[in-house]
Amino acid sequence: MRLKNKDLLGLEYLSKEEIELILKTAVPFKELFTRSIKKVPTLRGKTVVLLFYEPSTRTRISFELAAKRLSADTVNISASGSSVEKGESLIDTGKTLEAMKADFVVIRHSMSGASHVLARNINPSVINAGDGSHEHPTQGLLDIFTINEKKGTVKGLKVVIIGDIAHSRVARSNIWGLTKLGAEVVVCGPSTLIPRDIEKTGAKVCYNLDFALKNADVVNVLRIQLERQKTKRLPSLREYNLLFGMTKEKLKLAKPDVIIMHPGPMNRGIEITSNVADGAQSVIDEQVTNGIAVRMAVLYLLAGGKSSPES
Amino acid sequence: MTGEEISKAVEKIAVQIINKNKNIKDLVFIGIVTRGVHLATRIINEIKKLKKLGLPLGMLDITFYRDDVDSIGKQPLAKETKIDFDINDKKVILVDDVLFTGRSIRAALDEIMDFGRPNSVELVVLIDRGHRELPVYAEYVGKTVKTNYSDKVHVHLKEIDKTDRVVLVSKKSSR
Repeated sequence: MRLKNKDLLGLEYLSKEEIELILKTAVPFKELFTRSIKKVPTLRGKTVVLLFYEPSTRTRISFELAAKRLSADTVNISASGSSVEKGESLIDTGKTLEAMKADFVVIRHSMSGASHVLARNINPSVINAGDGSHEHPTQGLLDIFTINEKKGTVKGLKVVIIGDIAHSRVARSNIWGLTKLGAEVVVCGPSTLIPRDIEKTGAKVCYNLDFALKNADVVNVLRIQLERQKTKRLPSLREYNLLFGMTKEKLKLAKPDVIIMHPGPMNRGIEITSNVADGAQSVIDEQVTNGIAVRMAVLYLLAGGKSSPES
Repeated sequence: MTGEEISKAVEKIAVQIINKNKNIKDLVFIGIVTRGVHLATRIINEIKKLKKLGLPLGMLDITFYRDDVDSIGKQPLAKETKIDFDINDKKVILVDDVLFTGRSIRAALDEIMDFGRPNSVELVVLIDRGHRELPVYAEYVGKTVKTNYSDKVHVHLKEIDKTDRVVLVSKKSSR
């Protein structure tokens, strides 16, 4: 069993078996973190380029640590201070990196589909680290890994995703992955932030938080993307907080062993209160740890059997 | 190799280890997953019978230390590595089922060194089938077998394969 494509662009394009393979592969990588030397020589001599057109802290550092713990070399490129500012196109930048013999290009871009354009045009493995409001597959995978680790399974669980579904690539990757593994996914938020056709992905929609939380096994709270609120889809942050903010009281509506997740960075006091974010049911810090293990698994699996035809 | 021969080989190796090591308390065992771990367990049990002394056992998965990660083909799934004792200044007895090219042992040695600095490392194998590609030497060998490079040696152990036996599968000679 191995991954079919040279790239990881989204969970929509992975089979259930491929997702399970990545989750299984991540387990021994996580075990490495308990050692005093957290580095293994698996990808020695490989080059991973981190091409980030949008700001990012945790995803970029997580990918960089994942690559380094596999002994690969990493190069960082951000939009400002590079030839992107001079107007170089995405494909030309990709071709340049290919000519420099990069083995992996990890890309974050504000345009949905940017990673697909890159993947079609260059030979290195392209990993989507977030493209517009389309997908963020490794975040989806690390969320699913965390749920699986805490609950033992994903199948049959009720997972509620709260917030700005319209702009959220995290939500979309979670929905694709979780529904493939047999979870019930409910999205909840203001109607202005829920796309009309989201049910086609397999998720259910609920506009009332109290109702959505009933019997929930997992609550994934999304960040209100303040930078994307210029179109005035929310009357006010205070109203959002009152109707959809995750508080200790609201949490009581879910199952007693519910776990709380957040992809970060958090707006404390808006979408989540501090006593929930730091409470006993929160697995937010573990998501960050698991993210490195999952990204190591993705790099490892993409490194093997690359571009070989079915034989 | 029959089940009885395997048991005899394990006993022989246990006795050799006891005779060669005066300070048997300084020994720690590390088995290479999967079958090396089961063999190591058997040797430890044998030593326990003879010396009334339990010795620590760790398990080592060498997947991430292999030298052929990007060769075409599927990536093997790594299993658990668990060494929950200090190996610094200990004498490590490394246990594997078959010694062939020596590349697995090279990987295992690299991984062990990342856990600490043992005083020394000695190798136990049930079968030595020759064809070394690296300068690796086993101190304790159950049985030496002459093989062709393309042959396969399958070790079956009760713990996972129901029966105890070793079979040599020769590829039909293509002349």
